[in-house]
Amino acid sequence: MQGIWAALTLQAGYNAGLVAIGATLLGFAAGAAGAFLFLRKRALVSDAVAHATLPGVGLAFIAMVLMGGDGRSLLGLLLGSAISAWLGLLAVEWISRKTRLPEDAAIGAVLSSFFGLGIVLLTIIQSMSAGRQAGLESFLLGSTAGMLRQDAILIAVAGSVVVGLVWLLRRPMTLVAFDAQYAAARGVNLRRVDLAMMGLVMAVTVIGLKLVGLILIVAMLIIPPVTARFWTERADRVVWLAGGVGAVAGYVGAALSASAPDLPTGPIIVLVSAALFVLSLFFSPARGVAAAFQARRRFQTRVHRRQGLLSLSRSEPIHDPLTLRILKGEGLIRPDGVATEDGLAQAAKIARDERRWEVARAVHHDTALTGRYDGLTPIEDVFTPDEIEDFDTRIGGLRVVAGSA
Amino acid sequence: MTASDPSGAEGGLDPRSPLAVRGLTVTYGEKPALFSLDATFPAGRMSAIVGPNGAGKSTFLKAALDLIPRVSGEVTVFGRPVDQVRDRIAYVPQRASVDWDFPTTAIDVVLMGLYGRLGLWRRITGGHRDQARTCLDRVGMADFADRQIGQLSGGQQQRVFLARALAQEADLYLLDEPFAGVDAATERAIIDVLKSLKDEGRSVIAVHHDLSTVPQYFDHVLLINLRRVAEGPIAEAFTPETLTKAYGGRLAATQLDRLALSAS
Repeated sequence: MQGIWAALTLQAGYNAGLVAIGATLLGFAAGAAGAFLFLRKRALVSDAVAHATLPGVGLAFIAMVLMGGDGRSLLGLLLGSAISAWLGLLAVEWISRKTRLPEDAAIGAVLSSFFGLGIVLLTIIQSMSAGRQAGLESFLLGSTAGMLRQDAILIAVAGSVVVGLVWLLRRPMTLVAFDAQYAAARGVNLRRVDLAMMGLVMAVTVIGLKLVGLILIVAMLIIPPVTARFWTERADRVVWLAGGVGAVAGYVGAALSASAPDLPTGPIIVLVSAALFVLSLFFSPARGVAAAFQARRRFQTRVHRRQGLLSLSRSEPIHDPLTLRILKGEGLIRPDGVATEDGLAQAAKIARDERRWEVARAVHHDTALTGRYDGLTPIEDVFTPDEIEDFDTRIGGLRVVAGSA
Repeated sequence: MTASDPSGAEGGLDPRSPLAVRGLTVTYGEKPALFSLDATFPAGRMSAIVGPNGAGKSTFLKAALDLIPRVSGEVTVFGRPVDQVRDRIAYVPQRASVDWDFPTTAIDVVLMGLYGRLGLWRRITGGHRDQARTCLDRVGMADFADRQIGQLSGGQQQRVFLARALAQEADLYLLDEPFAGVDAATERAIIDVLKSLKDEGRSVIAVHHDLSTVPQYFDHVLLINLRRVAEGPIAEAFTPETLTKAYGGRLAATQLDRLALSAS
């Protein structure tokens, strides 16, 4: 416990502090950039981008060794990963544009091809004399053990640039994500906006490689926006909230992993954001599972209550157990099933409203109003008291006619 | 109007027309959707694009806006290539083209109409919000400003999209089936707004499918079925003869009589 507290307050050592700061910034940038990917419904593209980094890492290492370097320069490796990620991205885009293959199929093909190539290259590097200690496997799942000051600075600078660009491009990206046709008619270049969005995702992926690895970076791009979506109905808030969720997950995850030996940072960060996601999934007041369940129950109760009262008004027997339970619970019928006085009064009111609706639908001219009849909406919510009085007169009139016939 | 001298490529197309096309051909694969179509819409009027299902009405608008590639043909908007005058065009696409669960409210959608003027940097201020509210008010949707768009009815959604177009303060309004699947109250609200746009001197061109309301709503009609069948003022171009030509046997004689009556 003390370990966690120390880590959360950045007192768990220099390295842990660097990791926590790096993870926080990376989380924010990933969440914000990933939000547009999510809004554009292209979340899976990030998976292709991430896997497409691997051959670049391998080739960059080999190239640097061949040029006489030691091959482990982080900047060189990231540059290589960026180039191959960009190629993977263009491949996905090209395949889905030039063929009739849907984008998810293109993603699947590109992702596995690039990843396969990357693994082959890593195996070759293992057999090179310079490659034994290369530690390139850490790019798969990330590693914070050797996190240096300049690594943290790199994440901070690149992350800030990404966030700045997300802010700058928020309007064209929102427009394209919501209504691409309209955006194109306004003169927005869809392809350029999409490539810019992918470029931001690629940048996040590359700077996150060292910390969380290429397999889990996808989680940092996608889980925060889907978590944020549970809490707001506005696109701009989804973006910045996603950044916040990403930052919190990065910080808490890094702190947790520093609090005990052998806790891997990347996976812990992902688990923290997954926990936030699950909480949102269940407890979001507007879109959560619990709220939906409750709303369904409330609605079901309303339907059964009304059906039961209609049956009472027509003196029909009620068989449905849920209807009986609801009516009994509200004291509208006695335990033996006979209607109470209250039950009869409410049944009479509902029967009268049904007749009012019938008249309204026959005589009222505004179909937008009469169209709101669904058997549940109270007539007082739709028509004014004057109008309802008018319906009542007509009901009276109808009775007279019926009586005289 | 800023109709400067049209370049050589556009020579011959009326530079005053808000939308003029010549020889427009669009194909899906190798099947033409529009074939060598000519049209010249009048400025400051309400024009309808009418034709049977699959005649290429929506395709026409999309091709005119360069949203889909055209095989051949010239298009000018106020005498200029479309790309130079996009600021003056407001397009209301068919409702079906968006995701209704997208996290955006009615007023956010209308604010999108202001993005052109806001650019990348400028912040959205109270003034912009007031402007957006005024547009919502014009279509009778002011009370729904903060609703998520998926929670609105089809007609209400259509009105919000019209409000977004209003926010653009364009000179040319292009609408793709604005009355499809909307209730009577919405249809009235939309037509009132379109007429007020015309009164302000703006041009309105709408793809329209309800023949019975064409003479009542519009001044000018383009009747198409793959090719241009007829074009001109309603009295000349919207006749039993032209309709029979466009629709073939799909219109009953009684329908034609009724339409002819309402047109005269």
